[in-house]
Amino acid sequence: MTIGLEHYLILSAVLFSIGLFGALAKRNAVVVLMCIEIMLNAVNIAMVGFSRFWGLLTGQVFAVFIMTVAAAEAAVGIAIIIAIYRSRQSVDVGEVDLMKW
Amino acid sequence: MNFDLLTPELGLCGTALLVILADLVVERKTVLAGLSVVGLLVAIGLTLWLWGQGPATAFGGMLVMDQFALFFKLILCGAAILVILSSVDYVSKFPRFQGEYYGLILFSAVGMMLMAATRELVSIYISLELASISLYILAGFLKDHRSSEAGLKYLLLGAVASAVLLYGMALVFGFSGTTHLDKIAGMVGSLEGLGANPGLLLGIVLMVAGFGFKIASVPFQMWVPDVYEGAPTPITAYLSVASKAAGFAVILRVFITAFGEPAWLSQNWGMLFAILSALSMTVGNVVALAQGNIKRMLGYSSIAQAGYLMVGLAAVGRGPGDFIGQSSILFFLASYALTNLGAFIAVIAISNKVDSDLIDDYSGMARRAPLLALALAFCLISLTGIPPTAGFVAKIYIFYAGIKQDLLWLVITGVINSVISAYYYLRVVRVMYLGAPAAEEGVPSSGALRTALGLCSLGVLVLGIVPGVLIGVAEAVKFLMP
Repeated sequence: MTIGLEHYLILSAVLFSIGLFGALAKRNAVVVLMCIEIMLNAVNIAMVGFSRFWGLLTGQVFAVFIMTVAAAEAAVGIAIIIAIYRSRQSVDVGEVDLMKW
Repeated sequence: MNFDLLTPELGLCGTALLVILADLVVERKTVLAGLSVVGLLVAIGLTLWLWGQGPATAFGGMLVMDQFALFFKLILCGAAILVILSSVDYVSKFPRFQGEYYGLILFSAVGMMLMAATRELVSIYISLELASISLYILAGFLKDHRSSEAGLKYLLLGAVASAVLLYGMALVFGFSGTTHLDKIAGMVGSLEGLGANPGLLLGIVLMVAGFGFKIASVPFQMWVPDVYEGAPTPITAYLSVASKAAGFAVILRVFITAFGEPAWLSQNWGMLFAILSALSMTVGNVVALAQGNIKRMLGYSSIAQAGYLMVGLAAVGRGPGDFIGQSSILFFLASYALTNLGAFIAVIAISNKVDSDLIDDYSGMARRAPLLALALAFCLISLTGIPPTAGFVAKIYIFYAGIKQDLLWLVITGVINSVISAYYYLRVVRVMYLGAPAAEEGVPSSGALRTALGLCSLGVLVLGIVPGVLIGVAEAVKFLMP
């Protein structure tokens, strides 16, 4: 069996779904950030797979940009989580509920 | 490489760095606000100069400086100036990091200006993230309970939304083999029907979801009330105006350039936006009725306003080649920017004094601060859409665009919603004018804030009485089509 584009796409779709589920269902803010990373990496797999399929570098360049931006986003995310932890000794997103309608 | 096309953005980046550095040595912190405003005025000047130069592309077609992009740059720079002027009082209470505050506003302005000017998926993503990450930090800037909660919610939901957007971009790239919008258009144009390429269609729908988050459309609106309530008020104003304008700029560019042809496709995404528009108007207005906090109420109102704006998007999709949908969105965004900023600036001034955002605490404000209350009432009347204000003209124009494309049901929904919205907007006016004042002392405000509020109110009035000039500009503004 040869590994073709569809295998990469299925892997990417499965990873993306796992990440999306985790981001919506998990309660620990750090784990939510990790799930977002999974989603972004699922996108990267799809990008690189398509890139190879078309014989273009664009998808790989896109993946590099996504990794860079994801690093910046994670840094800001961790900083905000630390600010929250300092003020209420918890990073449970269920407890971050001062404001609700 | 024609770097002169990028001078407004480069100038703003330079100003942002300069402001952060100046914060280290300057004692009088108002200088920082002055410096930022000067940088933005220079950027406006350069943008006007580029307007005279005519459309051009840069970096191999990644960026395009056409009138459409320049129009949005003017709106965004203007909004940033008003936000910075209204921040001066607010920021003077910060013990540290005032330079970073102004710097981040400028960086996110650069991101949004690039968003309006990109014609390529990679650069759309990068500029969107440049704008968003700066805003995540600004939303959590106060580091108290509410502000960090707003920052966290905005960051987590924003990151999920941008991951969804990226997955959509990956699919669009994968099934068309290019990231340039004009080349995607060539590929999409040859599609036969809805079932011809399901992967590409899924990509388009996921991109709608990602952009829908930016413009705060239902069902991607759940972050709006919490972030609006918790973030520093000037940043809330900035979010509600600039981030939404940039989101609409990207949506218009992507959907007209890449997915404008064939006709069946644009009919379908036009209908998708029409449904989202009806939902946003209804949910935003109905939930706003129950709000007691004015920032939260304005948050739900901005969801409803996104709904009115999407009437224009639906019109664009239903009638490709007819520019009235696009020009009505441009006019609506300009008048909405002035109106909403005016309302928020008045809220900033009042909450600086009474230290509360509850509508009940605005009781009798007309006697304590007659001019502020008048300006706030005027802006709320404009948001409702009552003449002689900009909001009235904008709503008529955008509903006219809808009727012209046979979207009568949507326009009727919009009109019913305007009536609902009158209740909660005018409730604030009633509380201010008929309620008994809780205290006798007035509400002091700085000259910068009064200038900003005066400019907004004047703009709302002028656009309400003589809208012709701006409508003429909005109708003349065109994309550079490939």
